[in-house]
Amino acid sequence: MMNYSADGSGDRSEADDTEADDLEATDPATATTPAAITARSLTAVRGARTVLRGLDFTVPAGRITGLLGPSGCGKTTLMRAITGTQAKVGGTLTVLGRPAGDPALRPRIGYVTQAPSVYDDLTVRQNLAYFAAVLLPGRAHRHERRAAVDRAVADVDLTSRADSLAGRLSGGQRSRVSLAVALLGAPELLVLDEPTVGLDPVLRRDLWDLFHRIAADRGTTLLVSSHVMDEAERCHRLLLMREGEILAEDTPEALRRRNDTPTVEEAFLHLVDAAAAREGRRPGTAHNQQDQEPRP
Amino acid sequence: MSSARTLATAARVLRQLRHDPRSIALMLLVPCAMLFLLRYVFDGSPGTFDTIGASLLGVFPLITMFLVTSIATLRERTSGTLERLLALPLGKGDLIAGYALAFGLLAVVQSALATGLALWFLGLDVVGSPWLLLLVALLDALLGTALGLFVSAFAASEFQAVQFMPAVIFPQLLLCGLFTPRDRMAPALEAVSNVLPMSYAVDGMNEVLRHPEVTGAFVRDVLVVAGSALLVLALGAATLRRRTA
Repeated sequence: MMNYSADGSGDRSEADDTEADDLEATDPATATTPAAITARSLTAVRGARTVLRGLDFTVPAGRITGLLGPSGCGKTTLMRAITGTQAKVGGTLTVLGRPAGDPALRPRIGYVTQAPSVYDDLTVRQNLAYFAAVLLPGRAHRHERRAAVDRAVADVDLTSRADSLAGRLSGGQRSRVSLAVALLGAPELLVLDEPTVGLDPVLRRDLWDLFHRIAADRGTTLLVSSHVMDEAERCHRLLLMREGEILAEDTPEALRRRNDTPTVEEAFLHLVDAAAAREGRRPGTAHNQQDQEPRP
Repeated sequence: MSSARTLATAARVLRQLRHDPRSIALMLLVPCAMLFLLRYVFDGSPGTFDTIGASLLGVFPLITMFLVTSIATLRERTSGTLERLLALPLGKGDLIAGYALAFGLLAVVQSALATGLALWFLGLDVVGSPWLLLLVALLDALLGTALGLFVSAFAASEFQAVQFMPAVIFPQLLLCGLFTPRDRMAPALEAVSNVLPMSYAVDGMNEVLRHPEVTGAFVRDVLVVAGSALLVLALGAATLRRRTA
């Protein structure tokens, strides 16, 4: 911890040049990859509380970026800002080449909230059919819609439950229905808020395999939040958040290496302790932030 | 706005209802049961049944649709599906028109059953055309849908939403002329009743009850109810926010 307290901003700098040749192969977010999301001095205010405190980061296109941090650190607010559902957002936030919240972005982004947002009194297929009709309305497209629904049901492995009411499914199955809705329009950007919370290890592995397939086959950009650090190892790139600020932005490998830790989890704890120590020495910069972020 | 999205929304709302046959049965049968009850409560004074029965044909769809819509939209808000829909290319007008269409269809069935029962089985004596009764009932249902949609924005739970029913509907029920003619109320109350839409719904029903032809007063009543419904629907649309804190 001590060797980092001397270096206040080093954690957020670019990867060391000495590591660059090694990282080139594993780091997908080099300058050659265009950015799907770019944030400059991004802020968000909820009530009297500043939830996002001037964030600067980029999310590379066609890759899986993990958004990690303790609960209440602002992950959901950041995701809502990106999807254009968060009010009182300041700074610059460009998503797929347009300002966040631009109506033209609506069909291009799939957003899955933490709580599954589906109709419990409709079957899985009826849920998907409705959202598909919103994305691609009209009788002329009904064959396309049917194909999209079938594919989305198969993607999340719910074909055998397609005609069950969503309300009768288990929690994990309902969150997969919610994910299937987001996959419908083949969006260019998928924003997933804790998609694997409460799922068993087998299902979690299957979903991460699906995320990788979607990124590799369809070139979709994924932003996935989690507070389970072992999932961080499965991302191409990570944004580590703490108390409304970005603590680090790098590949899992570079984070482990730079902090000299065997896992991302330890690297994260290392960075958190270093940040806390900095704030401890400069009391004026300490934030008296509440622990819990209110749910939207 | 897109008519395909509106129709898809209406179809979805009806599909949700189809999975809930008990609610449908309650919506359709309770008004009929109430009319039946009323007929025999006023067994000795058929004239009273005529006035109150005709008024209630306008009041039932308003109350039912108010309850159904406020709970349905509240569920849409709390389940996160509203946020999801507004993050998709769906116009607020599509959503509201979809709801109005679905519940409007239901209101037609409800009103047809209640009106048919009252006219042909319970001997409700109406001078005007039953179609005009149905028209007023439909507009009342639309008004109920609009009011329900609007108040759902101010309810944080289904518990609160149900409490809005007595708050929004009962004062109108007391002042609409159902219990005593409006011109016999205290002047201040009469003035209040003049600006409440349900008063015009009941007045319209009474016009049909007493006049064989379409009167000027009837046209005014119908326009006031329809105008109020559209105004409240627009207010309801304003409570749907794409960006929320």
